[in-house]
Amino acid sequence: MNKPLRHVWMVVAVLFLLLFGSTTYFQVIAAKSLNADGRNARTVYAEYDRHRGPIVVGGEPIAESHATDDAYGYQRTYDPGSLYAPVTGYYSVEYGFSGLEKSLNDTLSGESDALFYQRLTDTVSGRDPQGASVQLTIDPAAQRAATDALQGHRGAAVAMDPETGKVLALVSAPSYDPDDLASHSTKKVHQAWTDLNEDPDRPLTNRAIAGDLYPPGSTFKLIVAAAALDSGDYTKDTKIPGPGSFTLPQTQNTLYNHPRGDNTPCGSGGSSTLSSALQQSCNTSFAKLGISLGEDAIEKKAKEFGFGDRMEIPLSVTPSSMGKDLNDAQLATSSIGQYEDRVTPLQMAMVGSAMANDGKVMSPQLVDEVRTRDQSVISSFSAQQYSQPLSAANAAQMREMMVSTVKDGTGGAAAINGVEVGGKTGTAQWGDGRTPHSWFVGFADNGGKKVAVSVVVEQGGYGADVAAPIARNVMEAVVSK
Amino acid sequence: MVTVVSYTARPRRLLQALLLLIAAALGVLTYALVGLGREGELPADLMTISIGAGVLIVVLQIAVMWRAPFADPVILPIGVLLNGIGIAMISSYDSAVNKFTAIHAEYAGRQELWTGVGVVLAVALMFALRDHRMLRRYTWIFAVSGAVLLLMPLVPFLTDEKYGSKIWINIAGYSFQPAELAKICIAIFFAGYLVSRRDTLALAGPKVLGIQLPRWSDFGPILGAWAFCIAILVFETDLGTALMFFGLFVAMLYVATDRLSWLVIGAVMFLPPAIFAATLLGHVRTRFTCWLDPLSRENFSSCEQIDRGLFGLANGGLLGKGPGGGRPDMVPFGHSDFIYTTLAEELGMIGAFAVLMLYMLLVQRALRAAVGISDGFGTLLAAGLGFVLALQVFVVVGGITRVIPLTGLTLPFLAAGGSSLVCNWIILALLVRMSDAARRPAARRVDADASASPRRPQEVAS
Repeated sequence: MNKPLRHVWMVVAVLFLLLFGSTTYFQVIAAKSLNADGRNARTVYAEYDRHRGPIVVGGEPIAESHATDDAYGYQRTYDPGSLYAPVTGYYSVEYGFSGLEKSLNDTLSGESDALFYQRLTDTVSGRDPQGASVQLTIDPAAQRAATDALQGHRGAAVAMDPETGKVLALVSAPSYDPDDLASHSTKKVHQAWTDLNEDPDRPLTNRAIAGDLYPPGSTFKLIVAAAALDSGDYTKDTKIPGPGSFTLPQTQNTLYNHPRGDNTPCGSGGSSTLSSALQQSCNTSFAKLGISLGEDAIEKKAKEFGFGDRMEIPLSVTPSSMGKDLNDAQLATSSIGQYEDRVTPLQMAMVGSAMANDGKVMSPQLVDEVRTRDQSVISSFSAQQYSQPLSAANAAQMREMMVSTVKDGTGGAAAINGVEVGGKTGTAQWGDGRTPHSWFVGFADNGGKKVAVSVVVEQGGYGADVAAPIARNVMEAVVSK
Repeated sequence: MVTVVSYTARPRRLLQALLLLIAAALGVLTYALVGLGREGELPADLMTISIGAGVLIVVLQIAVMWRAPFADPVILPIGVLLNGIGIAMISSYDSAVNKFTAIHAEYAGRQELWTGVGVVLAVALMFALRDHRMLRRYTWIFAVSGAVLLLMPLVPFLTDEKYGSKIWINIAGYSFQPAELAKICIAIFFAGYLVSRRDTLALAGPKVLGIQLPRWSDFGPILGAWAFCIAILVFETDLGTALMFFGLFVAMLYVATDRLSWLVIGAVMFLPPAIFAATLLGHVRTRFTCWLDPLSRENFSSCEQIDRGLFGLANGGLLGKGPGGGRPDMVPFGHSDFIYTTLAEELGMIGAFAVLMLYMLLVQRALRAAVGISDGFGTLLAAGLGFVLALQVFVVVGGITRVIPLTGLTLPFLAAGGSSLVCNWIILALLVRMSDAARRPAARRVDADASASPRRPQEVAS
């Protein structure tokens, strides 16, 4: 019976060979993809069992990790949570992470290549490794002012320093408390997650840089005006036609000069200067101006301001866009910020900032400085120019027009005593019978201390009434210090 | 073809003592490392465990020296080492559950207790069973016992249906997997039955396509065994148990008759019911789905156990997270059905391979005893017990690593569970007894005498 026994042994060997193979496959070959699987709770635990670096605003930690005795090792806390939630995002053991917690995960957790030396010294000296601390560009006063002003609204506000691109405030309202999601109590986190997702106001959406984007309404006229100046055929004093109403080419649709069928023409005799048209936010003037400039010129200008670009600040910013292959009727409505124009508030803040910075747009950035726990600086802020959509001279003209818009036009509510404020209001239609979104895009300059802002309030109504005063508060918080 | 088996008659008891010591020390060391890895301190009961392990190996050594002096010196140390690693892994599962979850787990202590019971029973068997051939007298009693044990989970007031399979029974609050004990009974029965029938099974019958088919009248018992396994598959809905018994039967039939046709017939007969079960029985169907595609979005929640097992394996990687460094609490049944995951996570692929090789070595030792033993009954029994051990390891580890669908069997010696552990110690005692018979000088003389008696002619061998 030796031969069959040898065969049995061969069968056993084959069976075990299969087991050696399958074990190797799952422990070595497929291990990487299994470890990276988002449903793998182990990876989550390993991820959370790290001493994550703090996020700092104005010298105060707004997100930090404390050692705990539970399975996760560390608990992330946010203080004050909801104020900075649009920037920090959340760090949840159940639902992953968002915001800077996600974008800067490698830095905060200490895994980034720049922190290699630090990891090495930690390992050699036997210390628990700790992630780097990230100091933000956010101005706490501006963030607070914007949050307070948007209380009770759905909307967003972005403030940035036009000369450096530092983001001073980034607010999305309503906000949420990331502590609720960072909790280690599964039940509490589930409840909070369900509540936040079922909330019709969608607090988890970052309206300032992502979300569904908004039609810019009349604030888009800034880009059309910039394109007009850049063409060389126009100055702020060029007379352009602005009738009370305008039948869109090849359609039966009538565009009125002002919202709600108000067909007061622009200037006496139905024409006015470019400056005056911007001041009064005349729809027909800019619809006609857009048609005569052409789609390419406007699209090019929009692109120079940042349209179509997925920026990383390092939060991911959804690209703003305008329609393509437009006929004249579509181009006309696009020129007044309707049709398929969709923008983020951050994009519009960049538009405003160019006017206050001699036509130059600086890359918006949120991170001021990255330090190891020994306080040695890993990287620090350096301003970068994003583009120059306007010459300094044209920017000066734009600036003048925007200042007069605040002084004598629709933007009066944004004026600050003793401070040069320029801006453009917007009242963006987004569906029949619904209250339009309220916009303000502008800047303030208090003897060299500058800020650019954009504010949107969903269904806020007239930009002049709702968004402009909010923008005023934000700008004041920055320049009046 | 004649195979020359070169056995020395040396008892090698000193070698066994040394190996037992190493095995026990490795087990205790792993146990201590689990405590250090998880809590940063030695387990409080380390001293008790060490003394307990010391007592058990001394008892085993004395029993073998006294009652089976020529036994294979490797068999018992493998059992001790696997059992020790098992306890360490179970304690790691316990400590992880106690540390990271709100549940309290205390499986290691019970496993230690059952180890003691298992060793005592093994020693008792070594004393009581002077000669394995005594078992042959009770061939049909073992058949009936095995059948009764296998059918027990179907008895309404005994059944303890868990996770879709009826392979557990509940007596006075204690859960018990009767298949473990049935495995031994059935192996003895097959050995006894086949040793008396093997010539008719091997030689009579028509030849079709070069394959010697059995006579119709010999088909009866085979059909009976087949029907029995199918009944297990359908009514207890456990593919693993059915596969294990059918595999055992086919393998022993093959060893007894040297007829390849039995293997072919066996495979052909098992496939249709397996396919039937996979497509029509909901529970088995889920197992099949989770075998083929457990990670896809739509299957993930129903296959979460196997997925978590795979995540555990991946987390271990090549070198493992170290004893007490893994998260066995995150795999359901990380102490029993999925102990292989716990092991592979903490000791890595290296450790998993080492354990698989220990099993291989044990199987090899059983087959070697089968080769060396003088009587056909002993050969069949040793081969059957060795093969069923290999098959069980294959079914369990293959189920976890997606070679075959997941089933409800437990890994011998490693998994927490009293019935399984005790039965495996009994198997070990039987192997010790038979290896002693195989290596005993007197037995070899008997073997030489027996070779003169008419045996199955060699020329029929293919």
